[in-house]
Amino acid sequence: MPRKQAKPTAGAEPADGPIQFLSPDGLLEPDSRLELPPAVDLLALYRDMALVRRLDTEAIALQRQGELGLWPSLRGQEAAQVGAAYALAEQDMVFPTYREHGVAWCRGLDPVSLLGLFRGSTLGGWNPYERRFGLYTLVIGAQTLHAVGYGMGLVRDDVVGSGDDTRDTAVLVFLGDGALSEGETNEAFLWAAAQNLPVVFFCQNNQWAISAPYSVQSRVPVAQRAAGFGFPGVSVDGNDVLACLAATREALTRARSGGGPTLIEAVTYRINAHTTADDATRYRPSAETDEWAAKDPLERLRLHLTASGGVGDTGGVGEEYFADIERREQELAEHLRAGCRALPVPDHASSFENTYADMPAELKRQLAEHSEFLASGFLAAGQEIGATR
Amino acid sequence: MSISMVKALNNGLRKALADDPKVLLMGEDIGRLGGVFRVTDGLQKEFGSLRVIDTPLGEAGIVGSAIGLALRGYRPVCEIQFDGFVYPAVNQIISQLAKLRHRSGGVITLPVVIRIPFGGGIGSIEHHSESPEVYFAHTAGLKVVTCSNPQDAYDMIRQAVDDDDPVIFLEPKRHYWTKGEVTDETSTPTPFDRARVLRAGTDATLIAYGPMVPAALEAADAAAEEGRSVEVIDLRSLSPLDLDTVRESVHRTGRALVAHEASLSHGFGAELAARIQQEEFHFLEAPVLRITGYDTPYPPSRLESDWLPGVDRILDALDHSLSY
Ligand SMILES: Cc1ncc(C[n+]2csc(CCOP(=O)(O)OP(=O)(O)O)c2C)c(N)n1
Ligand SMILES: [Mg+2]
Repeated sequence: MPRKQAKPTAGAEPADGPIQFLSPDGLLEPDSRLELPPAVDLLALYRDMALVRRLDTEAIALQRQGELGLWPSLRGQEAAQVGAAYALAEQDMVFPTYREHGVAWCRGLDPVSLLGLFRGSTLGGWNPYERRFGLYTLVIGAQTLHAVGYGMGLVRDDVVGSGDDTRDTAVLVFLGDGALSEGETNEAFLWAAAQNLPVVFFCQNNQWAISAPYSVQSRVPVAQRAAGFGFPGVSVDGNDVLACLAATREALTRARSGGGPTLIEAVTYRINAHTTADDATRYRPSAETDEWAAKDPLERLRLHLTASGGVGDTGGVGEEYFADIERREQELAEHLRAGCRALPVPDHASSFENTYADMPAELKRQLAEHSEFLASGFLAAGQEIGATR
Repeated sequence: MSISMVKALNNGLRKALADDPKVLLMGEDIGRLGGVFRVTDGLQKEFGSLRVIDTPLGEAGIVGSAIGLALRGYRPVCEIQFDGFVYPAVNQIISQLAKLRHRSGGVITLPVVIRIPFGGGIGSIEHHSESPEVYFAHTAGLKVVTCSNPQDAYDMIRQAVDDDDPVIFLEPKRHYWTKGEVTDETSTPTPFDRARVLRAGTDATLIAYGPMVPAALEAADAAAEEGRSVEVIDLRSLSPLDLDTVRESVHRTGRALVAHEASLSHGFGAELAARIQQEEFHFLEAPVLRITGYDTPYPPSRLESDWLPGVDRILDALDHSLSY
C-alpha cells in the first residue's frame, strides 16, 4: 500500500510569494522584504532586454534556416538574466549554463561568439577571462563547483571583505531548477556554506527541466533549500527585472564583503520549448504558456515606461526611444546573420593542438596521419570537409 | 638518504608548496591528520589551512573546486583518499578537467594534480584496492603517471605539479612503506612522461608500472638464476606512452610481457600489445603476453595474494614466451 505523502511543510518561502516590485500591468510598488534599487537606468534595462530577446529570436531563425544545429531559447527569462547581470561588478566572475545569452550580452560579449557552439564551429567561443564570463557548461550542475573553487581562489587572493569596492569580488553562478537535483549542485551549496564563500547561486526556475516540472525534482520550494545548507535563500519574481537586480545586488554585495553565499530563485518561465529540437506540446498545455505570456517581463516594463507620468526620471518616454531600440535590433540581427555565416570552421589541427599544453608524440603522429589523409585527395567528388568518410 | 615512498612524496609536496605560493593541497583528512597514509603529514602546520585544505567529504567537490581554483590561477593538488572513491569525481575529471583546454581552444590551462593511492596487496576491505588507471589513460587531455620507488615519487610529484596539464598521479599504496635512496640533486630528473629501463636484458622485455615493478624485478632476478636475461621496463607514464623506450627494447629481445594488477580485458596491456605487434611485428619471436588481475571485481583480501599477479605467474608467462 502506498503511504499517503505528508504535505510539504511551509518554510522560508513567504506566504505572499516571490518578491515583486513591478507587476505585470506595469505598476511599481515597494516590497517590504527588499529595498527598491536606487538609481537604476530603466531605459537601459528595457533596451537590453529587448535586444536580448531579438538576439534569441534571430538565433532561432538561424537554426530554422539550418545555420545552427540547435538553440536553447531564453524567451521569457530576459528579466532574470538582465536583472542579475546588471548587479555585477566588472571584477566579478560569472559561470553560466547554456542559456545565459542575456548575461553574456550584458557582459559585453560579441553575440556572434554565442553561436559557434551551436553551429558546431567551436566547443567554446570566447575567452572566459576577458569579460569574466565562463564558457557555457552543458553538463547540468558541473559549473556550480567551478564557481565554488573560483570563490576559494578569491578568498586566498584576499579580494573578499577587504572593504575596497574596486577590489572585492564575488562569483555569480547560474543554474536551472532541474540542476538543483544534481549531486554536484548540492555539494557546491554545502562547500560554499561551510567555507562561507563569495558565491551567489542564481537559479532561474523556469518551471521545466526539459519535460520535468519542478514537482518531479523536489517537495521543497527552491529558495527554502538554502536554509538546510546554512545560507539565505530568496525568491523573486523572475519576470520583474527590478526584483532580480535588487536581490542579486544585495546578494553580491554581501558576498563581496565576506558575508557568504546566497541562493536566489528567480521564478520565471521558459516560453519556448527546451531547445529548437524539443516539442513542448508533448508535455505541457498551451494554456500554461499563455498564462505566463501574460506576465511577460518586457511588456510590464514597457507599460511602466509609457504610463503617463512614468516614474522619476523615466517619465515621458516617447516614440524615438522605441524607434532607436528597433534600429539597434535591426543592426544586431544583421550582425548575427552575417557573423554566423562567417564563423570560421576551425583548422583540423586545432583539436590536436589544444588537447595538451604540448602535443605528445603519439598525437603528433595521429595529426600527421590525419593531415596526410585529408591532403591525399581521397575525398570523393562533391564531398566536403566535415562530411563523414 | 633512505626514506619511504610516503616520506618521499611528503618531501616532494613540501618542496612544491615552498617553491610556488600558487600550489595548494586539498582533500579529505589531509590537514590535521596528514592524510590516512600520512603523505601530507605536517604540511598544514607548515603552510597553513588556506594552502593545505581539509575539504568537505565529496570527491566531485574536490575536483570541481580544484578546477575553479585553477581558473583563478592556482595549482591544486587533490588527494583522493582511496582508488575506489575516485568515481564520484569522474564527471568532473572526464567532462571538465580533461576537456576545458580543448573546449576553450587552448585558452584555459588547468594544472591540477589528482593523487590517488591505488592497487591492492594491503589486506584491505572492498573499494580500497582498485586499479582504475585505464579509465583515465583512455581519456584525452589527461596525463596518467605512476611511481614505483621513493626517488621517482619525489621527482615525479614535483614534475606533475609543475606540468600545465591535468595529471592523474597514481601511488602504489602497497609500496608506500618501502624505503629507498632519495637524493635531492639539482640535476634534472628523467622527464616524468618517459619510461625507464630498470634492468638490462636480452631474452625478453618485461613491462610493468607502479605496484608491479618490484615483482617484475624479482622475477627477472629469479630468471637470471636460470640463465635467462630479462629486461625490465618501468613504464612510469601510461599517458602519454613512451613507446620509443618499449620499442627499442622489444626490437632487441623479440619478446614482450606486460604485467599489471588491473583486470585483463581492455587493460593497459592490450594497448601495449597492440602497439608492439604493430611496430615490431617482424621482430617478435612470440605473442605479447599479459600477466594481470582477472576479469572479476577485486576479491576479498583473503584471496588477493592468489588473485594478484606475482613473481610465479610472471615466470610462467616467461616460460611460455620462450617456448615459441
Ligand atoms: C548531467 C546531465 N544530465 C542530463 C542532461 C540533459 N539535459 C540537458 S538540459 C536538461 C534539463 C535542465 O533543466 P534545468 O536545469 O531546469 O535548466 P533549463 O534547461 O530549464 O534552463 C537535461 C536533463 C545534461 N545536459 N547533463
Ligand atoms: Mg528549468
